[in-house]
Amino acid sequence: MRIRLRYFASLRERLKRSEDTLDVPAGATVATVWEMLTQAHPELAPLERAIAFAVAQEYVDKTHPLQDNDELAFIPPVSGGSYV
Amino acid sequence: MSDSHARILCTITDHPIDMQVLTEFVADPAAGAMATFVGMTRNTNEGRQVVRLEYECYPGMAEKEMGKIAEQVLTRWPVQKIAMMHRLGRVDIGEASVAIAVSSGHRHAAFEACHYAINQLKETVPIWKKELYEGGELWIGSQTGTAGAFQRVQEENRA
Repeated sequence: MRIRLRYFASLRERLKRSEDTLDVPAGATVATVWEMLTQAHPELAPLERAIAFAVAQEYVDKTHPLQDNDELAFIPPVSGGSYV
Repeated sequence: MSDSHARILCTITDHPIDMQVLTEFVADPAAGAMATFVGMTRNTNEGRQVVRLEYECYPGMAEKEMGKIAEQVLTRWPVQKIAMMHRLGRVDIGEASVAIAVSSGHRHAAFEACHYAINQLKETVPIWKKELYEGGELWIGSQTGTAGAFQRVQEENRA
């Protein structure tokens, strides 16, 4: 299945693009995609605990299962706060 | 829900914030109090001389998350109306980046709800702030905890 990735702020600058499409195996979760991304960009791995994830514009955790055509956004720390 | 929507204004704009839009929206015959908050670009931050700030958002989700906060406010406090506005793009020193207005029968609810709304906005709404200071630029996140790690990695990569 195919999903759309969105990058913002520091992540967008780091990756030099604002979005990607990615083919992922059936049963993939947010964590699957994060592992694929950090394999391609190992320098992102230390950011894991600072990044939040959103699917279809709702915050989700890493175990969230993905569906075909989902939009997965990686959310760096927002302007005033942190994620708990 | 239709009632609550008439009591909520959540806007993201590329233009300077017009506070009158917010105060006129929340004006209500049943309101004896109105609390407002305005967040502006400060000329220093942690010892850096700030030149300006630049904001970006996740379009769609940012408005949705602001709307959730407004709904929470209407649920938790006896508030008449709430208006929240955030500006994107370049925001110079002294200019407003975010503004909130809340009206209520009595002042206590308006103050508390306004305080809650800005704190929540800064924690959950996907809006990012880049600080341009004399000598560099920095995406601002939490300075502490896990998000602090994010900033440290950024700084290490920049060094």
